[in-house]
Formats: sequence, C-alpha cells, structure tokens
Amino acid sequence: MTRFILNGHKVNTAMPEDTPLLWVLRDGLDLTGTKFGCGMGLCGACTVHVDGVAVKSCSTPVSAVADKHVTTVEQVGRNRVGAAVQAAWQKLDVVQCGYCQSGQIMAATALLAKTPRPSDADIDAAMAGNLCRCATYVRIRAAIHEAAKSLAGRGAA
Amino acid sequence: MTTRIENVSRRDFLKAGAGLTLGLVLPGAHSARAAAVTEAHDGEAAFAPNAFVRIGTDNRVTVIAKHLEMGQGTYTGLATLVAEELDADWAQVAVEGAPADAKRYNNLLFGTAQGTGGSTAIANSFEQMRQAGASARAMLVQAAAARWKVPAGEIRIKSGIVSHAKSGRKASFGELSEAAAKQPVPQEVRLKDPKDFTLIGRHVPRKDSVAKTTGRAQFTQDVKLPGMLVAVVAHPPRFGATVRTVDERAARAVAGVLRVVTIPRGVAVLAHDYWTAKKGRDALQVEWDDSTAYRGSSEQIFADYRQLAATPGVVARRDGDADKALAGDTNALEAEYTLPYLAHAPMEPLNCVMRVDAQGCEVWNGEQLQTSDQYNLASFFNLRPEQVKLNMLFAGGSFGRRANPAADYLLETAQIVKAIRGEAPVKLVWSREDDMRAGYYRPLYLHRLRAALDAQGKPLAWSQRIVGQSILAGTPFESAMVKDGVDATSVEGAANLPYAIPNLQVELHTTSKDVKVPVLWWRSVGSTHTAFAAEVFLDELATAAGADPVAYRLDLLGAHPRHAGVLKLAADKAGWSKPLAPAKTGTRGRGVAVHESFRSYVAQVVEVTVAPDGSFKVDRVVCAVDCGIAVNPDVIRAQMEGGIGFGLAAALAGAITLKDGVVEQSNFHDYPILRIDQMPNVEVHIVPSAEKPTGVGEPGVPPIAPALVNALFAATGKRIRTLPIGKQLKA
Repeated sequence: MTRFILNGHKVNTAMPEDTPLLWVLRDGLDLTGTKFGCGMGLCGACTVHVDGVAVKSCSTPVSAVADKHVTTVEQVGRNRVGAAVQAAWQKLDVVQCGYCQSGQIMAATALLAKTPRPSDADIDAAMAGNLCRCATYVRIRAAIHEAAKSLAGRGAA
Repeated sequence: MTTRIENVSRRDFLKAGAGLTLGLVLPGAHSARAAAVTEAHDGEAAFAPNAFVRIGTDNRVTVIAKHLEMGQGTYTGLATLVAEELDADWAQVAVEGAPADAKRYNNLLFGTAQGTGGSTAIANSFEQMRQAGASARAMLVQAAAARWKVPAGEIRIKSGIVSHAKSGRKASFGELSEAAAKQPVPQEVRLKDPKDFTLIGRHVPRKDSVAKTTGRAQFTQDVKLPGMLVAVVAHPPRFGATVRTVDERAARAVAGVLRVVTIPRGVAVLAHDYWTAKKGRDALQVEWDDSTAYRGSSEQIFADYRQLAATPGVVARRDGDADKALAGDTNALEAEYTLPYLAHAPMEPLNCVMRVDAQGCEVWNGEQLQTSDQYNLASFFNLRPEQVKLNMLFAGGSFGRRANPAADYLLETAQIVKAIRGEAPVKLVWSREDDMRAGYYRPLYLHRLRAALDAQGKPLAWSQRIVGQSILAGTPFESAMVKDGVDATSVEGAANLPYAIPNLQVELHTTSKDVKVPVLWWRSVGSTHTAFAAEVFLDELATAAGADPVAYRLDLLGAHPRHAGVLKLAADKAGWSKPLAPAKTGTRGRGVAVHESFRSYVAQVVEVTVAPDGSFKVDRVVCAVDCGIAVNPDVIRAQMEGGIGFGLAAALAGAITLKDGVVEQSNFHDYPILRIDQMPNVEVHIVPSAEKPTGVGEPGVPPIAPALVNALFAATGKRIRTLPIGKQLKA
C-alpha cells in the first residue's frame, strides 16, 4: 500500500510498489491525461510534477512518491503558471496529434516556475527530454515565451 | 441533389475502373424529408439535416467528421467548411467522429471506401461539407421565413444569428432547430462565392486544442470498459516466425496475470492492468519456429538491390531514348542513393480496444481505414461488415501506420478476443519496443541515376532505376494501383519528374517476392525516397553545369508554373540571391528542393552551419506551399512545420536496420526522433490560389532531406547520397 497526495487529495494504491507511477495514475486511479510513450523515460509523454519538479512517471516506481505531492495535467491549470502555459498553447494552437502535449505542458510549467523568462537555449535544455513526433517544436518555443510574457504582465498588474 | 465531384486523385483506392468523375449524393436528398430527423441527442432535441451536421436546441452545431483526426487538423478543417456555408459562429461549432458507414462517409477520392489518407481529407470534402452546411442553412432560413411570415429572400444569417431586418426579428439556430427539422431538404443549394468567405482562408482556432492541453482528449490508450482486460503480446523476433513451444509458468506466477493465450501472432498475457500484463509477458519463455521466418539483413538487401540496379527494370516512364543518349557519353554523371527502412513511431504506441458479442464486434481505435478494417474483422469473426462497429477516437499520430490494409494490430486484438471466447473486452497495448519492431516500415530503397548534359549544361538524358519492395503488392489495392508491374506508390515523384528533359527513363525493380519485411506507406509514401534521389541528383547536375541550383531548376520548369511558383517564392523569401551571413565558427551553406506530392507543391530552402568537427546545425528553413485555396492557413503552416521536423528526423538519424531478420532498434535511444534543440526556425509562405484545395498532411515532408543534403554540399563540398546523414560528415 502506497499513500501519496495526488492533485491535492490523499490517495492510496494497492498496486505493487515497483509499479511505475504512470500506471498507478492511469490504470489504478483512472487519470488518463498522463500518457504512455516509451516506458524508458526517453520521450517525456508521462511527465508529472512530484513536489513541483518535472518527473518522468513511467520510470518512477510508485514507492518513490510515498507521501509526496503529485500533480498531473488534469490539475496543473489550477496553478497560475500552468494556466498561463495552457492558455498560450491554446492561443498559438501548438497541438497536432496532442498525445505528447500533456507532458510538454508539465515540463514547460516546471521550467517557467523556476525560470520565469527563459531564453531559447533555456527552453531547448529544459524541453529536450520531451519528444513530439508531430514536431510542434516551433510553436512550443513560441508558446513558452508567450506564457512567460503573460505571467510577467500579470505580475506587474 | 446530385453533385459531380471531379476525381483528381492518382490514388483513388478501390476505384475498380470507375471513371474520372464520381457522383455524390448527399444523404437524405433522395427523399425530401427523410433525413431531416429530429433525434434525441444528449437530452437535446436536434436538427440533423444530413449526415454531417446536427444542430441542437442548445444552439450547438455538431459537425460529424468522416476523417480521422491524427494531428493534421482535419476536425478543424471539416468544421470550417460546414460553418462557412452555414454562417455559424465558430464558437458554437463542435466536432465528433463519424461511425463506420461507407454509404454515408466514404472518402470521395477512395471511391466507395471510407478512410483517411493520401492527404485527401480537405480535397475530397471541400464541396461535400460546404453543401452540408448550405443545406442546413437553407432549412434554417425556411423555418424562420415560415415562423415570421416573411419572404425567405429577406432573411440573413451572420455568426449564428438568423435575422430579418425589416421586422427586426432575430433567432438563434437553437431556437429554430426543431422547426428547421420539419422543412424539406432543399434540392439545390448555391455555395458561396469565395470572395464572401468569412472563415475559409482566415484564422480559426483548432477545435481540439482545449481537450489536448488539459488531458481530456480521449485516445484509444485511455479507453476503459467494465471488465476490460489489458493484453500485452510476445511477438516473434523475426517476421514470419511462429510459436513452437511456450512455457507459461513464470508468466502465470506474476500476481495479477489472469490469462495466457497463444494466438497466431504470438503469445498474449492478460491482466487488469498494463504493468502486470507486461511483467507477465516479459516472464514468458517462448521458443520460436523460424522455419518460415525471413532472415535477411539490411546490408545484404542493399547489396542485392545494387546488382538489380545494374539491370533493366520495368519501365514506368519513357520519353525519347535515354539509353541511346547516355551510350558512349564519357562525361555522363552517375550516382546511387540509398534509404533505409523507417518506422512511423507515432507517440501513441499502437493499441486497440475490442469486444465481441452475439450482435457483433465493437472497436475503439484511431480508426483510419474503416471499410477495409470492417471487412477484415468481419471475415475473421464471420460477421457482416455492418456488424463491425468502429469508434473513431483521436489518434496519437499515425503517419500512415494506422491505415494498414492488413489490419495487423486490429486482427491481433481479434485473435486475443477470440482466444478468450469474447468473455471480456480486450485492450491490446504495444510497448514502444513492440511498436518499433512490428514491421510495416517505409521500404528500404536504392536508386541508381545517370544523366547526360548537353553543351550548355542542360540535361539531355536522365535515367533512373528504383529498387525496392511494393507497398501494395498482395493487398486489396493491388488491382487498382499496380499497373503492368509498376506500383504507383513506388515511382510517384520520379515517374512524374517535372523537369524538361528530352530523353527520360524511369525503371522499377520490385523485390517483394524475395524480401519479406512488412512495408507500408509512411507520410508522403513514394515521395519520401523519390524526392530525395531526384532533387539531390538534379543538384549534382547543376553543380556539374556550374549553374545556380534555383536558376537551373527554373529553367527546366517552364511547363510547370506551380512548381516554379513555390520555388521562386521560397528562394525570394530566403534571400537566395544574397550571400549567407558567415558563421562565427564553421562554414555555412544553403540548399533547395522542390517537389509535388498529392497535388500540392512545396519548395524549401535550408540553411546550415557545419562546425569544423563535421557536426552541423540546421538553422533555418524557408518553405513555400501551393495547396490551392488555403482553407485553414494556420493549419497549413503547422503541417509544413511538422512535416519539416518529421522529415528532418529521418534525414538526420532515422533508420530501422535488420540483422539476420531481427530488427536492431527498439526505442527512442536507437531510433531517435527530432528533439526541440534540433528544430530549426521555420518560415512558411502560402501561395495565394483559386485552385481547388489539395492536401497538406504529407507534402511538407519530401523536400527537406534533399534540401538539407544540398545545403551540406554547399557548405562542405561533400555530397551525401545515403540516408540517414548520421556521422558521414565526420568521416
């Protein structure tokens, strides 16, 4: 039995401790916004936040998040950075097939929380672990800048 | 109301000898009122004037999309066409996927079959969806005219508001929907003059952006049915191998493993969740029977192809006499180009949910080839095709992979469902490794080109021999698409080379009898390899002639103004006539390619910087596209950006290789796809056009690899003829 805090709520899972967090979320707790892409931490489709840090949930055993705060794409919009990222993604129509975008949004939110005005190089470094087969990267870069701008604007207001 | 739709496709599947025009009958048109049903939907009475649009009393307009949304933006495009003629407000429009029903939802460019592919969605729907919207609009107008007792001609609709100026009356679609449903379906509707378009050609937000940025979009991977079991399958490591013996004990010992079943395609392990099923699968001990397996290696295949390329093939095009013009020309140019197998590798690994009962079979899938899949599953379960219900969900990418005439992963799911006698719904989930190694690759190809130049350096003769597997051999599409031994998808982009060359010969060697690697169309199909060979070789000719690559091409494109148009636009926007700014370190180069596929024309100019150690960065790509009327300019730009990134991944490092029949790659570490730090800046320019719209999902891909290789030549003087580029510049 592993206990952790998922999107602000205490949850328990009886799935074996070595089960990756991804499958606890998807198959155990029916929260399917977090995606399965590679199972080896190579593509980032499964990115969630554990205590605010972007983590690849496909290669994180659920035992590693015991008593920690896990945030998924379903909840990240409740946070002002996450909401700004989602809004920028929508404004620029970043998505194509959309399958990787939950992970992209989680990674971008973690980046902006730490680095409010990232350069292109910062973005490339922070986002290089999140693959997009549709290659929406031009817009991902632009949307991160857009979200940064909107957050800075709101901060000043 | 019967509308004649010009069939412009070279790829009209299952056409079976039909003429070049296809009759289109909008559903419901044959009996004036039958289709205008009022049906309960989500608790709302709805007006459904035809198969493509439904208007609820809640004022929501639902467009029923007959094409799969796999990223290419077709839900947005189809909805734009309906909303334009309906004069709906974009915000009131929603989209849902159509069921499998080829009578209503056939792809007009696939004849009688329903399916998505060949960049045909907008091309085949442009008039059909507009007619659907215009019919609904006419019925709303009639309903308002009757209610307000005013002439229909005095009623206007703007942004979803129906109004009559003289009387000052106004109503929403929702308020009129029930009355509209009782109106006769109009026999004739007039479509808008393009100058009156308010949505087509303008920016509209994508219809799937919100769902896909909040985790709410439903993919097949997200489907969970009551009692459903998840299946993970052990596949043979070699194509064509079968199970000899299975030791299930270790798999059954995994807590939570419920069933282990041997099926024709391998051994399936079932559990309530993926992780348990995968642990069980990985614990299986299977001995494979390789007696019928294919054991070739990529290296040997290339060697065999090289020998074949030295011999004449089946002629796909002959103008003049290239052999004669080349004979004895001691200055003839010759080059060989090779391209590996490529996996589609969609981000959502292949999967399928299926259940079977006495009534039939129901499937949840990123459904791309409805009619063919219905036929395959009906044959397997001994059902009628209409007993196979297909739920078309968002696909997490496809790039051709989900449109498989062999229905491989659907039939695998069916085999599992059958093996457990339909006792539970089954979700088949492939791991990334399963997906990467399952075959149905872009075929490996070898091209041998020879050319002779005249005294002015212009090409006098061009001979191209193409060697590779046929995608369509052995499929139901073979009879329509393979003519006189030439699979149209093997030579497209080569047999229709646009350049004015008096002696031109294209020949094909099809190797499908000997090479048993499952192959399939991969985003832009034949053009993935023909554009590379042709556009790099043409660059070699320009170099030999001492000519500028753009000017050399333009000089040969007199008969092809749309090719020339995109080439000029891309070159102009890229500043081709001005020298590149030098790099701080390393050398810079610029290359170009132009190619038509699926009746859309794309040119790309690539700028690279090559470091002293041979590593390089693609700095910028300037792309020009002519796809007729630009229905959704922003979606077109997105498809060009994405097509460039997709093609770049393959050009840089994409290769599936075989050794003794075993695929050597397994996941993204050894089959790398593009990362954000490799993505160049991309500028897209759209040629204004009044031509009918053509597709954009695929045509952005073909020019990028040759344009890049040509840019690397400009920077380094080294000509790359083998993809992927890999470390060739470091050698």
